[in-house]
Amino acid sequence: MSELELPPVDDITAPWWDATRNHELIIQTCNACGSMQHYPRAVCVVCGGMDLGWSPASGVGVVDSFTVVHRALPGFDAPYVVARVRLAEGPIVLTNLIDQDVDAWVCDVAVSVRWRDLSDGRALPVFGPA
Amino acid sequence: MSEDQGRRAVIVGVAECDLGVTNKSILELQTQAVTRALADAGLSLHDVDGLACTSVARFSTTQLADYLGIEPVWSDSTFAGGSAFEMFVARAAQAIEAGQAETIVISFASNQRSAKSRSMGNIYEPHTPEAQFEGPYGPLYPLSHYGMAAQRYLHETGATREDLAEVAVAARQWALLNPKAFRYEAGPLSVEDVVGGDLISSPLTAGDCCLVTDGGGAIVLTTAERAAELNVTAVNILGYGESTTHTSMATPGDLLSTGAYVSGEQAFAMAGLTPADIDVVQVYDSFTITVLLSLEGLGFCERGTAWEFIKNGRIAPGGDFPLNTSGGGLSYCHPGQFGVLLLVEAVRQLRGECGDRQVAGAKTALAHGTGGILSTSATVILGVDA
Repeated sequence: MSELELPPVDDITAPWWDATRNHELIIQTCNACGSMQHYPRAVCVVCGGMDLGWSPASGVGVVDSFTVVHRALPGFDAPYVVARVRLAEGPIVLTNLIDQDVDAWVCDVAVSVRWRDLSDGRALPVFGPA
Repeated sequence: MSEDQGRRAVIVGVAECDLGVTNKSILELQTQAVTRALADAGLSLHDVDGLACTSVARFSTTQLADYLGIEPVWSDSTFAGGSAFEMFVARAAQAIEAGQAETIVISFASNQRSAKSRSMGNIYEPHTPEAQFEGPYGPLYPLSHYGMAAQRYLHETGATREDLAEVAVAARQWALLNPKAFRYEAGPLSVEDVVGGDLISSPLTAGDCCLVTDGGGAIVLTTAERAAELNVTAVNILGYGESTTHTSMATPGDLLSTGAYVSGEQAFAMAGLTPADIDVVQVYDSFTITVLLSLEGLGFCERGTAWEFIKNGRIAPGGDFPLNTSGGGLSYCHPGQFGVLLLVEAVRQLRGECGDRQVAGAKTALAHGTGGILSTSATVILGVDA
């Protein structure tokens, strides 16, 4: 995949992106009720709490669903796999699936995190066969 | 009629603007839709005191009102993708019944085919979470979300690629009966044509995807009292409901549970009807999978069974469940935000104006719009007096 436009960051999401510099996947966690959520927000969508912290993710999950993109967007080389991965901790992330033939994927298989480095030192979590 | 009955909102006019490849501006097409729908009702722009539309400009209704030379006392530009127009029916009916407006026009038009303005791609606004957490992975928007929904559907239900294709095959059969359909002269479509088409975002091929055309339409609502003075068949608004569920592809816990479950239940409860009472159904067919998920959510069949429900030509002309009788977004017209044209076709079916594709004796109709990536759902149930 060719060089990507760098994703923006904001004050809520900065810790999440900073963790990616060390290839650490973290999940926003409510300090009041313990709920985990992704993407990071200014509020816990379960209890409404606004005191939010971070927990380390195990980096494993299962493929909820996926799609092989055959008509690439600018900056991408088709075919590539876009997927929803349900992390072991519960939240779902949108991601790419790599390290396997694009036509070999099926729903509900186990995957683990890989990292795609960005030019500013951050990295994107992507997933491959567990 | 009693005062309450007199203020009851009804639909008195519908129209399409030019469809297909028009080489006309959005405002010209909007003007066609609005003025033709008013003419259909026997009304004129001077009668309009309420206006709702989307995608004209940043201030959509304001822009269109200025262009038409009117100063509405009620307006709505809620941007909810293809379901906005079903939402507008609810809000317009409430405004009329509350006495805030007398005659409201709901309209949409686009020139996306002739203007080549449709992009497959990333439309994420930089300040949104999706720009950070989804855009970098290159999903086609909205197509990849529907691809993932379809993949999950096939995985959970045992349906096949061929079963999905049946939706597009039936849509083409209807379009062959509709002279205004983009594919009117294209001949029949086979399951093999759909399955063998170019993969865009698997498992969806080009044949599973709606058209990209110019077009649009408008509907006119007024009071039952006013309608009685017009030479029209007034169409009653029996029920409506809506649901807004997500805008991120990662938010839904369950890709197959759409807002149709909520919007449909609300609309049926308000109408005092059940799915078995509906004579003709118009469901936004942005993609083949959208139809299956919507039919299940609306309660026409159980979850995971729509692919069986539609088998053997059931939704095709002559079948016992007439669906998307215009040919739908798949084969008739898809200017984006198809919801307005669902309403136009539903009204025409109830007025008995659909020629070769008319569903005999249709007295109740349902229109169900979806927007974004199944982000919004809105349902309207219409009827005519028996």
